[in-house]
Amino acid sequence: MLVFAIGNPSRGDDAVGPQLAERLAEAALPGVEVLIEFQLQVEHALDLEDRERVVFVDACVDAESAAVVRPVLPDARFAHTSHALAPSQVLETYVRITGREPPPAWLLGIQAERFELGEGLSLAATHGRDAAWPRLLELCRL
Amino acid sequence: MSTPSLETVSRPERLRRVVIEPLSRVEGHGKVTLLLDEQGHVAQARLHIVEFRAFEKFIQGRPYWEVPVMVQRLCGICPVSHHLAACKALDQVVGATLTPTAEKIRRLMHYGQILQSHALHFFHLSSPDLLFGFDSDVARRNIVGVAAEYPDIARQGVLLRRYGQEVIRHTAGKRIHGTGSVPGGVNKSLTREERDELLVDAYQMIAWSRDAVRLARRLFEQNLELYRGFATFRANTLSLVRADGALDLYHGGLRARDATGRVLFDHAPYDRYWERIAEDVKAWSYMKFPYFKALGGDDGWYRVGPLTRVTQCDFIPTPLADRERREFLAFDEGRAAAATLGFHWARMIEMLHAAEAIKDLLHDDDLLGSDLMAGGRREARGVGVLEAPRGTLIHHYRVDEDDQVVRANLIVSTTHNNQAMNVAIREVARRYLDGRQLTEGLLNHIEVAVRAFDPCLSCATHAVGKMPLSVQLIDADGAVASEIQRG
Repeated sequence: MLVFAIGNPSRGDDAVGPQLAERLAEAALPGVEVLIEFQLQVEHALDLEDRERVVFVDACVDAESAAVVRPVLPDARFAHTSHALAPSQVLETYVRITGREPPPAWLLGIQAERFELGEGLSLAATHGRDAAWPRLLELCRL
Repeated sequence: MSTPSLETVSRPERLRRVVIEPLSRVEGHGKVTLLLDEQGHVAQARLHIVEFRAFEKFIQGRPYWEVPVMVQRLCGICPVSHHLAACKALDQVVGATLTPTAEKIRRLMHYGQILQSHALHFFHLSSPDLLFGFDSDVARRNIVGVAAEYPDIARQGVLLRRYGQEVIRHTAGKRIHGTGSVPGGVNKSLTREERDELLVDAYQMIAWSRDAVRLARRLFEQNLELYRGFATFRANTLSLVRADGALDLYHGGLRARDATGRVLFDHAPYDRYWERIAEDVKAWSYMKFPYFKALGGDDGWYRVGPLTRVTQCDFIPTPLADRERREFLAFDEGRAAAATLGFHWARMIEMLHAAEAIKDLLHDDDLLGSDLMAGGRREARGVGVLEAPRGTLIHHYRVDEDDQVVRANLIVSTTHNNQAMNVAIREVARRYLDGRQLTEGLLNHIEVAVRAFDPCLSCATHAVGKMPLSVQLIDADGAVASEIQRG
């Protein structure tokens, strides 16, 4: 499986996904590959090839709790985006360029508040990161 | 040039305000405000981009050797450009003249970045507008719509991106946060296996890039009247050129022309850029407005980026791209080279040049060399300039005797283009929006003009739930008259 963490380590709470991913990489779970990127872009659809499942880990400004797990499905309704894509849009890009169904995917969203350059994690994101860790391990052991 | 109209209206209080915020498919925080009178005539049009200035604080006090890695975190879209510009500046601080291997590894990394960035912009961000039309069905006007109707184009865009990223990974050491370039050189060269792996697909990338140039040309031909006149204006221009006048995206001297094409300065050393360029501020914008000192603040604004570079160089030093450049310049009696939408065609010519340059470098055994580092007499100041995907990028540092950075100044491509983009949206507002009922398609014309420049600002954050697009029409009393949400 693939764990895909998104975020900039130097932009406040945006670092929470990469921090969690680094911890997971150190755990070296068998069969789990960890990738970290600043942002999701179209070519990341190719990283989904031959995966049993995928977990996206990202800071989340609308999380209803400290750490939330949501299934992710391909979504063609992205009329306008920035240079970056959402996980659902990466799945849709995968479908369009390969003609195949994407692997099952989840989003592990961690509550986040602030994104200023040079800041550390907020208390909310720190709490979210700790709450997300057991959820991430569960997802890796499905 | 006089100060463009529509910049500032004298009595804005009773005008209707239209806000497009943030600009979709533009990185960073972009916003356009239009003030309309009771008849719907545009009285004022402004592009606001929240320039990010905290980087100085972020960098100051750090040891200089950390800077090339840290600055990559300023921007999630073009980190390699910041990485290399910082290293070029710090080469001066350590007094280094690069070894052939170091310079060629850096160039390879840079061309990889150019290739992947231009591919993203053309195939993902702009092709939906260009293939389907600016006011076509908004639900179809995206990369998924392109993939459905033009699957080969969408797939090639993704694979060009991936190839560029692989070049970066092999030269920078990692997909992101690479450490390949360091002050005074590089810390790795290519292995023979890495070189051979990249060579496998190098010719395919050239072929696809060539196809992309032809597609950009075909789109221009098919929509000639629209493309000729859309957001077209004359501008002063700035870019690096090689000593022999060739296009060089990694290194060179500064060449500037005025709006008539007259050379203002040529082969000017970039390490004293402040003698030629100053930055103005305006009360309504957080972003500065650079200008040529010789022309003054009102008339000295200029345009950078692919359109400027391709038209301003004397030739492109790879054969296929140079042939395309000559056809571009000759097309429609030079009108494509003067049109804002000519940016797309020029960008694809540069992508082709990057693909050719990558292939040429991969055949150069210097890439496999082991002489990676150089040094010399320590200096207190360093300036690094290169042509990033979006235009000229300046990094300027002062380092104290304890090796700490005590001053940093960066001028990014989007800042150079600030006034040019404002002029572009005013042209569009005047021509397409004035006196008309505003629709999503019409408002998208504004965005099409801005997107041609591919602005990008230090937005390395992307959290779930951010980045919606909302267009609000607010009446003269401040109430929201209508609202469009998308994103």
